[in-house]
Order: sequence, then structure tokens, then C-alpha cells
Amino acid sequence: MIVGEQKPFEEIWEMIKDHRQLTVFGCNTCVAVCHQGGNKEAEILASLLRMKATQESIELDISDSGIERQCEHEFFDSKQDMLEKSEAVLSLACGIGVQFMAAKYPQTPVYPGLNTTFLGDVPAKGHYVEKCQACGDCVLGVTGGVCPVSRCCKRLFNGPCGGSSDGKCEISKELDCAWQLVVDRLEALGRLDDYEKVAPVKDWSKDRAGGPRSFKLEDF
Amino acid sequence: MLTESKLEKVLKSGQFAVTSECGPPRSSDAQGIIKKGKMIMNHVDSINITDNQTSVTRLCSLAACVHLKQLGLDPVLQMVVRDRNRIALQSDLLGAASFGINNVLCLSGDHQSFGDSTEAQNVFDLDSMQLVQAVRYMRDEGKFLSGDEIKVPPRFFVGAAANPFADPFKIRVPRLAKKIACGAEFIQTQCIYNIPKFEKWMEGVRERGLHEKIYILAGITPMRSLGMAKYLRKAVPGMDVPEELIERLGGVEKNKQAAEGIKFAIETIQRLKEVEGVAGFHIMAIEWEEKVPEIVEESGLYPRPSLED
Repeated sequence: MIVGEQKPFEEIWEMIKDHRQLTVFGCNTCVAVCHQGGNKEAEILASLLRMKATQESIELDISDSGIERQCEHEFFDSKQDMLEKSEAVLSLACGIGVQFMAAKYPQTPVYPGLNTTFLGDVPAKGHYVEKCQACGDCVLGVTGGVCPVSRCCKRLFNGPCGGSSDGKCEISKELDCAWQLVVDRLEALGRLDDYEKVAPVKDWSKDRAGGPRSFKLEDF
Repeated sequence: MLTESKLEKVLKSGQFAVTSECGPPRSSDAQGIIKKGKMIMNHVDSINITDNQTSVTRLCSLAACVHLKQLGLDPVLQMVVRDRNRIALQSDLLGAASFGINNVLCLSGDHQSFGDSTEAQNVFDLDSMQLVQAVRYMRDEGKFLSGDEIKVPPRFFVGAAANPFADPFKIRVPRLAKKIACGAEFIQTQCIYNIPKFEKWMEGVRERGLHEKIYILAGITPMRSLGMAKYLRKAVPGMDVPEELIERLGGVEKNKQAAEGIKFAIETIQRLKEVEGVAGFHIMAIEWEEKVPEIVEESGLYPRPSLED
């Protein structure tokens, strides 16, 4: 899922403080799972902003709401009126939702309430870890189900580098060495010999490097 | 000979090769690197020039190599894949070859979080093995990675690094095999302090006959002090400094620790000369280049072979 973290409150305040009306709008799927941008978080953030406005003696009318997904038209139907009447929107969606909203309401300022941090999983409650960088050409079948692009800080395809120590990465003792994990996994699968297969030069044109990506289903 | 490299000639002659390493200055004044080169040039076959080592911005390796080349040296151009994509790497290889640089060492490079630009983007378009493949492809096929023809291909003697002390140990010999498969012709290892572990690695290398397919230069870095030994052990991942060495350095007076460090380096070379498959020594006296001649002489590696005849 997409993981995001709420921006510092002061940064949010600086973005929105000159408006007279604001709608804080949650997105109740990915970023709700990480307790940063769901409808509940929108409600809490709206009340914090109201308090701040009172403290600063600024007249700012703040409402809050949310939908399931800010990245698809159909979910917006029930909130159309409210959003059309908003002077500005603080979206707690990921960067995708923020842009979708901005494109949908070309005259309305839309501000991001989150920093979209990564694509990750939830190994334990309240713990989120990056697992994918959407490089567009998945190699997990070769690397035993451990992604070298997102989990090796040098995204090595023929790792590990000389900095792998006691299973940890050279940049932090808190970070697992992805290639230690690859080797462990290949061994568990009885495929350690595959380690010696040289990974070819990567085609990064399928990655961000190739420009914004898209695809269309012809049947729709 | 595949190339004009002096290092290749020495290694192929069957004599121990000696290389050293110099770090370029953080300045546009190259006098420092020229001075270091002059200091050690008669005691080594080749000098590596590091490429923004530990991710600290410095005068570029290629320019520093050109300065050494002008002194009559045959430098090893170190290239990390951290800062340049395949366009820039191949371009710099052509540039280096145009100046008569004959050796290249292909490395990943330390992560930028260690250096002066922690907020920098990193590149890693290729990894170090893929760079080895690229250099060989350019030389042997006369082509760029794109498949386009190179009218006058660069002819490099191609090296890579090996760290027998990094984890997981069980893939350290397979990893060497992989670098050989990619086309690496010589190896310079991480600094060796844990000699038994290095010998164990070499045993694995010989079991697979890999020592007959690549020249292995054992990495030697003299300890200047007990503090340095403790720092390397604690702060440098993949560096194996055994307790015995710490005790040995700690057991002598502070002003004699440097001499003890040099003594250990010389003993290490003497012992590793006896290890089958060790083809030479890569002496990295970090900001202590003036000690290289002494180490080379005391280890019985001087004079260096003259290859004129």
C-alpha cells in the first residue's frame, strides 16, 4: 500500500492560514491504514487547525470530510457539493489523491497534508516498511522474493556490497542488508547456486527514468 | 598483452605486483596528488586514484590520473557507480583511454550518507559487476552498452574489489566467481587484518581454481595508532580488526604505535607471500603515503621489476 506521513503542523498551518474557508479531506484507504490521512485523521487535524486559528485570532472556517479513495472519480459523487463550495482543500491523501483533486477542481487551491513516503507493508501494528519502488520490471522471481531496488540502499542487482555486516546495511545497524535476505532466502529455497547468475544491466526506461508511466485497458 | 597496462605486464610476468592508493585533494590544486605520486612512484607498479571516497567531494579521479600519467606513472582509475549513469561512465572511460589510462577498478562506492552530501541523489544505474561487464564489452566487442560501435575502443585492464570480511561469508567466494564471470582480471581486496579469515577465503578461492583465473592483490593498510584500529573496527562496516591487533597496538607506548602498525603490515605481507594465489599487494596507506617505500622495501618487494626488456 501507499504509506504517507502527516506533514509538520506548522508547515500545514503556513500553507493554509491565509484562506477564510478550508475543507480538510481524508482519504480512507491506504493512508488511513497508516493512521495519517484517513477520515478520522482529517477530523482531528481540522480541530487542531480550528484551535490554532482561535489562538491566532484568525477568522477561518474549517470543515472536514473524506471519501474512500481520492484517486477515482466515482467516490467523489456524494461530496461534490461540499468540495465545489470549498475555498481551499487540505487533502490528506497521498500525492496521487492531491493531484486528482487538483485536476478535478481547477479553480480550487488544494494543499497536501501528507508527505507520501513509500510503498510498503505493515509487518507489525504501527510499523510500516518500504518494499517496492515501482521500477516497472519486477525481479522478485530471481531474488528469492526480496526486492533489491527498494531494500538495498545502492539498489544493487548483484549484491551484497562490501559493507554488509552481521546481516545489516552499511548505512545503519537498524537496516537489514537486502542481499543478506536474498542469500538467506535462496538458501532456504535450495537455490543458493542461483546467486552466481549475473543479473543483466537493468532497463530503467520502465522506471521513473523513462518519464511518467501509464497504461490503458482497451476493453474499457 | 591485452592492454598497455604495466600492472598487467608485472602480474603476467609472475612476479608479485605492488599497487598503492592516493586520495585526490578537496581542491582544484593538484599539487598534493602530484607530490604523493612522486613520493611513491619508484616503489610501486601502479597507483590507484580513489573516486570521491567515502562520498566526500574531491578532485575527480580521472583528472588526478592524468596528472600521474604525466609523471610517467600507470595509474588505476577507480570508478564508482554511485554518481554517474552509463552515459557518463562510458564517456569517462573513453576520456581516460584518450589520456592513455590503462587500468580501471570498478566499484559500487560508499553510500552518500557517509560523506559531505547526505542530501544528494544517488545513481546506481549499473552496479559494480555490470560496470566490469561494460568495460570488457567496450574493449572486447568494441561496442557501447547500447550496441553502437566504438571506432577506437578503449583498452583497459579491468579490476574489481573483494571484501572477504563482509557478510554473508558463504557467498564471498561465489561473489568472486561472479566478478570473474563478468570479466574482472584483477582484484584488490579490503584491508586485511584478520589473516586466518583471509587465508580461509583464499582456501575457498583455490578449491574452485579461481586464483588461476584472476590476479588477487591483498589489501594492506598500516595502522597509525591504537585509535585508528579502534575506529576502523567500530565505525567501518565490513572491516575486520581482531582483538589481538588492538591488544598488540595497545601494548606499546603511544609514540611507538605507528612503528608497530608498520611492523604488522610488513609481517602480513611476508605471511601472505606464502599463500598460493596471492599475486601482489595493494598498499593503502591512508594519508600516510610517505610510509609506502619503507613498507615495500622491508617486505622484500623492492626494487620493482623493470619491464623495459
